[in-house]
Amino acid sequence: MIQIEKVSKWYGQFQVLADCSTQVSKGEVVVVCGPSGSGKSTLIKCVNGLEPFQAGSIIVDGISVGDPKTNLPRLRSKVGMVFQHFELFPHLSITENLCLAQVKVLGRSMDEAHQKGLQLLDRVGLKAQAAKFPGQLSGGQQQRVAIARALAMDPIAMLFDEPTSALDPEMINEVLDVMTELAQEGMTMMCVTHEMGFARRVASRVIFMDHGQIVEDAGKDEFFGAPHSERAQQFLSKILQH
Amino acid sequence: MTINLDWGIFLQESPTGDGPYWTMLATGLQWTLATALTGWAIALLVGSIVGVLRTVPYRPLALLGDAYVEVFRNIPLLVQLFFWFFVWPELLPAEIGRWMKQDMPYPEFITAALGLGWFTAARVAEQVKSGILSLPRGQKNAALALGFSLPQTYRLVILPQAFRVVIPPLTSEFMNIFKNSAAALAIGLTELTFQMKQMVEYSNEVIVSIAAATVLYMMLAFAVNRGMAWLEKKARVPGMIGGGR
Amino acid sequence: MIDWQLIADNREMLLDGMLYSLTLTGTAMAGGIVIGCLLALARLSSFKPLSLFAAGYVNLFRSVPLVLVIFWFYFLLPYFGLSIGPDKSVFITFTLFEAAYYSEIIRAGIQSISRGQVSAAYALGLTYPQTMRYILLPQAFRNMLPVLLTQTVVLFQDSSLVTIIGIKDFMGSTVVVASNNGAMTEMYTFAALAYFCVCFPVSMLLKRLHKRIAVIR
Repeated sequence: MIQIEKVSKWYGQFQVLADCSTQVSKGEVVVVCGPSGSGKSTLIKCVNGLEPFQAGSIIVDGISVGDPKTNLPRLRSKVGMVFQHFELFPHLSITENLCLAQVKVLGRSMDEAHQKGLQLLDRVGLKAQAAKFPGQLSGGQQQRVAIARALAMDPIAMLFDEPTSALDPEMINEVLDVMTELAQEGMTMMCVTHEMGFARRVASRVIFMDHGQIVEDAGKDEFFGAPHSERAQQFLSKILQH
Repeated sequence: MTINLDWGIFLQESPTGDGPYWTMLATGLQWTLATALTGWAIALLVGSIVGVLRTVPYRPLALLGDAYVEVFRNIPLLVQLFFWFFVWPELLPAEIGRWMKQDMPYPEFITAALGLGWFTAARVAEQVKSGILSLPRGQKNAALALGFSLPQTYRLVILPQAFRVVIPPLTSEFMNIFKNSAAALAIGLTELTFQMKQMVEYSNEVIVSIAAATVLYMMLAFAVNRGMAWLEKKARVPGMIGGGR
Repeated sequence: MIDWQLIADNREMLLDGMLYSLTLTGTAMAGGIVIGCLLALARLSSFKPLSLFAAGYVNLFRSVPLVLVIFWFYFLLPYFGLSIGPDKSVFITFTLFEAAYYSEIIRAGIQSISRGQVSAAYALGLTYPQTMRYILLPQAFRNMLPVLLTQTVVLFQDSSLVTIIGIKDFMGSTVVVASNNGAMTEMYTFAALAYFCVCFPVSMLLKRLHKRIAVIR
C-alpha cells in the first residue's frame, strides 16, 4: 500500500531524513517512534506530500508521491491524516468541518456528506456536538472529530502524526480507543506516537527512528522483546520506566 | 511616442531665483528634514507625557490623555494644519495673533513642525500606553513595594522598559512623520514635494523631476529604517521581551 | 465660532464634497482590498519573481508620501496622454496606494493562521485555491477586520489631501466656501468638527469590535 524507498531530505545543509526505506501493507498497523527531532513526523508528512523530499521515492497505492505530474490533492483525498494539534477549522462548525472536503473535493452532495459526517460523528461518540464549533470542545473531543473528518473521505489508509501528544493525560485514552477500534477493523495505519501501550495492543510492526535514520524496523514482539540496536534499547527503557 | 529625458536639467538655472534645479530640490529636502525632526522631538515629548497620563491611576488625568488622542487622531492632518495656520491666530488675544501673522519668523515651518508634532504625539501616546500596559503588572508592584513613589516607579522602572518595547512601532511613526510632512505644502512650506511640483511646472521635465523626488524619499526611508534598527539593537536587553529576537 | 447660516447657504456644495470623499474612500477600500489581497498572496508565493514584484510594489508605495503619489498620477497620466482629469484619476491613485497598505495587513492576517491549518486542508485533498478560499482567507479576514476598517478611517482622513490638487472633496469644498466668503476661521473650524464627528464614532465602534474579536479568539 505504502512503499518508502531510500527517501532523503535536507533543510539546507541539515539532513533530516537519510535513506529511509520501509513499507506498509494493506491492513497493517505500523507505529513509528523515536526521540524528538528524529525525523519521524517529517517522514510521515512525506507520505502524503505535505513535505517535499529530495531523493528516493514514495509510492502510495501505485502512485508516486514525488512525481511532479502526480495530482497531489487527489492522492491526499485518499489518505487520511490526523495532526498533533487537531487542526479543525475554527471558523467552521463541527458539521461543516466534516462536510467541506467531502463536498469540495469528492463532489458529494451536501445531503450525502451530511449523512456520512453524522454517522462518523456518532461512531466517535460525539453526535450531540454536531452544531458546536471546535473552540467549544475539549482537546480529546476535537481530536476524535478530526479522526471522523479524515474517515469521512473513505481513505484507503490513515496517517497519525503524534495524535495524543498535545492532549491532557485524562483525554488520551478516549482517542486511543477510537484508534484501536479502527485498527481492529483492518484499517491500514501509520502512526507516529509514543504510546507504547497502544503499539503493544495493535501494532503489526514498530519502526524506531533516530537522527533521520530508520534504526530498527521489526515485528511488535521482536521490538519489545529484544531490540537489536542499543539506541532503541535505551529509548525503550527510558519510555517504559514511567 | 518618444520620451526625451534630460538628466542635465538639474544643473540648469531655475527661473524662481533659487539657483539651479538641484539646489531647489536640496532646499526642499532640508525643509522636509527640519520639519520632520522638529516635529518628531515635539511628538516624542508630548506623546510620552500623554501616553503616561493615560495609564496613571487617577481618572481625570487618564481621561484627559484619552481625549487628546481621540481629538488628534480623528481629524485629518491637512485640516489640523489649516486650523493651526489660519484659525489659531484668530482665536488668540489680538496682540499675539497679529504677531503670529506678521512678525513670527518662518511661519509655515513653525506651524508645520508644531502641527505635525501634536498630530504625531497622539500616535506616539498610543504606542507608549500599550508599551506600558504590555509590561507585567508585577513590575509596578515590585517597584512600589520597594518604597518608590509613583513618579519614581514610572521614571526608573516602567518607562525604561516600555521605551524598549515601543521602539519597533515608533520606527514606523518616525517614518510616517517624514512622509506626512509633505502635507505641509498646502500651507506653503517649500518642502521636497512642493519643490518637485515647482520643478515640474517650470522645467516641464515631468519624469526626471518626479524620479528625483521619489528617489530622495526612498533614500530617506531607507536611512530612517537603518537608523532605527541600529537603535533597537543598542537598546536591547538580553533575555527581556524581544531581547532574543 | 461656526457660522451655521453660511453652512446652510452652501449645504449643497458641502454635501457634494462629502459625498465625493465617501465615494473615493469606498472605491479605494474595495479596490485596495482586492488588489492588496492579490499582492499579499503574491508576496507569500514561493515563486520568486512574483514575491519580489509584490515586495517591491509594497515597499515603493510605503516609503513615499501619499501627497507625492497624488502628484505622480496628476502629472504622469496627462503626460502619457491619459486625460481623464484629476477628479477621476485620484480614484486610481488612492486604490493603488492603499493596496500597498492593505496588503501588509492581509499578509500579517494570513501569517497569523498556523501552518497546520494549511497542512490539514491539503491533507484532505483541497487544492491551493480551495485552501485559500475556504480555510485561510475566511479566518484571516475575521482576525484582521478591525485593522482593515481602522485603515479605512485613515484612508477617509487622507482623502482630504486631494484638496491640494484643487479637487472639491469635502475639505476642498470647505476651502472654496471659506475663500469666497472670507470665512476661514469659521469654515476650517467647521471642517475639523465635521471630520471628527464622522471619524470618532467609527473609531469607537472599531475599538469595541477589536475587543470582541480578541475575546472570541
